[in-house]
Amino acid sequence: MLIRRPDDIQSSEITPETVYQNRRAFIGTAGALALSGLVAPSALEAMRFDSGTAGAFPGLQQDDKLTPEEDATSYNNYYEFGTGKEEPKDQAKDFKPMPWTVNVEGMVKKPRPYSFDELVGKLPVQDRVYRHRCVEAWSMVIPWQGVQLKDVVARCEPLPGAKFVEFTTLYDPRRMPGQARAVLPWPYKEALRLDEANNPLALLATGMYGKALPNQNGAPLKLVVPWKYGFKGIKAIVKIKFTDKMPNTTWNDANPSEYGFYANVNPMVDHPRWSQAKERRIGQFLKIPTLPFNGYAAQVASMYSGMDLRKYY
Amino acid sequence: MRSMLSRAESPIRRLIRPALWLLVIVPAIALVAQLLLDQLGAEPIESLEHASGKWALRLLAASLAVTPLMRLTGWGWLVAQRRFLGLATFFWAMGHLSVYIVLDQFFDWPEIVKDVLKHLYITVGMLAFVLMIPLALTSTKWSIRTLGGKRWTQLHRLVYVSAVAGSVHFLWAVKKDLAEPMIYAAVFAVLFALRLILRKRGPRTPLGSPRG
Repeated sequence: MLIRRPDDIQSSEITPETVYQNRRAFIGTAGALALSGLVAPSALEAMRFDSGTAGAFPGLQQDDKLTPEEDATSYNNYYEFGTGKEEPKDQAKDFKPMPWTVNVEGMVKKPRPYSFDELVGKLPVQDRVYRHRCVEAWSMVIPWQGVQLKDVVARCEPLPGAKFVEFTTLYDPRRMPGQARAVLPWPYKEALRLDEANNPLALLATGMYGKALPNQNGAPLKLVVPWKYGFKGIKAIVKIKFTDKMPNTTWNDANPSEYGFYANVNPMVDHPRWSQAKERRIGQFLKIPTLPFNGYAAQVASMYSGMDLRKYY
Repeated sequence: MRSMLSRAESPIRRLIRPALWLLVIVPAIALVAQLLLDQLGAEPIESLEHASGKWALRLLAASLAVTPLMRLTGWGWLVAQRRFLGLATFFWAMGHLSVYIVLDQFFDWPEIVKDVLKHLYITVGMLAFVLMIPLALTSTKWSIRTLGGKRWTQLHRLVYVSAVAGSVHFLWAVKKDLAEPMIYAAVFAVLFALRLILRKRGPRTPLGSPRG
């Protein structure tokens, strides 16, 4: 399995060393099985991601420690399963993510539905420990498993004119009880510029902490773009559409003065109602400074050179 | 109706103070216990902030409910419960502010000043608290006598501004789902309306001189 990475990102920079070293074994077992969706949750449970031995994270910030799995799976913004932070864990517990189909639409060679396996199966599995910065000024450090979004983009074969890729969450109020109330204009939509989608950091997560992605975290398929605020990380994706026009996105539609299309983490641009200069790392007492692009400036800042980041927030 | 009321008066009068003490103290003890037992979720500071703010608003609503209740029942002794609830509101609001300054911001004064000046929901929240300070300071009988009933009453109308500011603080603090803060705002609206209606109907209860 050959995984090419650009020279400027050391593999160690996005992956804890011990996990990286065990990576082959991991991919051979848990990752691939989890991706195929064939394995029983109990079997995955047996291959727990051992956060205790994850050790230091070169490339992450000095004090970055894995967020306890319990916190990352019980403190969620996922309005499809309730607007309280602890509601999704409870309200999503009976959600059945499999079987899952993703419709690939718009400017692609052949628009059609893909089964989950067709879309992400057989792609190189990635282990990525990323900082996660919510627009509400809290943050976590999460070990994801998934595939590079650019590999999925390539699989969809976009036409040359495609400039954006739009993602849509499942809309099914019977399975997602939070959708019974119009808190947000359903279904949830998010989008990236195509170059952002092709950035090596962008991930379609299918697992975290070495297990299949929990329902409350966006099972079975969640976008992870660590240099952007968490709300860009759309969950339970059922549609991927390629287009040449900038798509509408849910939070931007709901409140354009507070949530932009880009939503790049930026300590210099406050949310109109609160400061973005600092963040509380879940599990830590003192707030820590927020970094431009959530600390991934070296990998992503060049995509925005010449842009006024105050205007395009 | 009247006789039922008068039969209920004596036991209620006897039990109300212990009941109100429990109302004020039990949630505080519960919160501290939850904090010590790590039962406040992934973000305990936020949980404390939200809980203390909501208790301040609930007690404020309770204290604003006393006057209409006094008019309806004619129980002048309720006025003492109003003072108790008003002071309890003040202490919960102080707890809420302390959580923000100590636990949330950890005495980062430049950031706190920036927050108060720049972020409107913090501004109105601070206003709601600051307006309560003179009310708490003049909650004694001595203050009423010194200021005179009329001036004291005028001063204490600040509580309405504080209630509006507190409700707006909650509304603006919420990211998107306004359902809960709207309920709080609605309760205050009903309490204000009740005051207006009952003011027109019943005679005022003189301050500090219980009516029989």
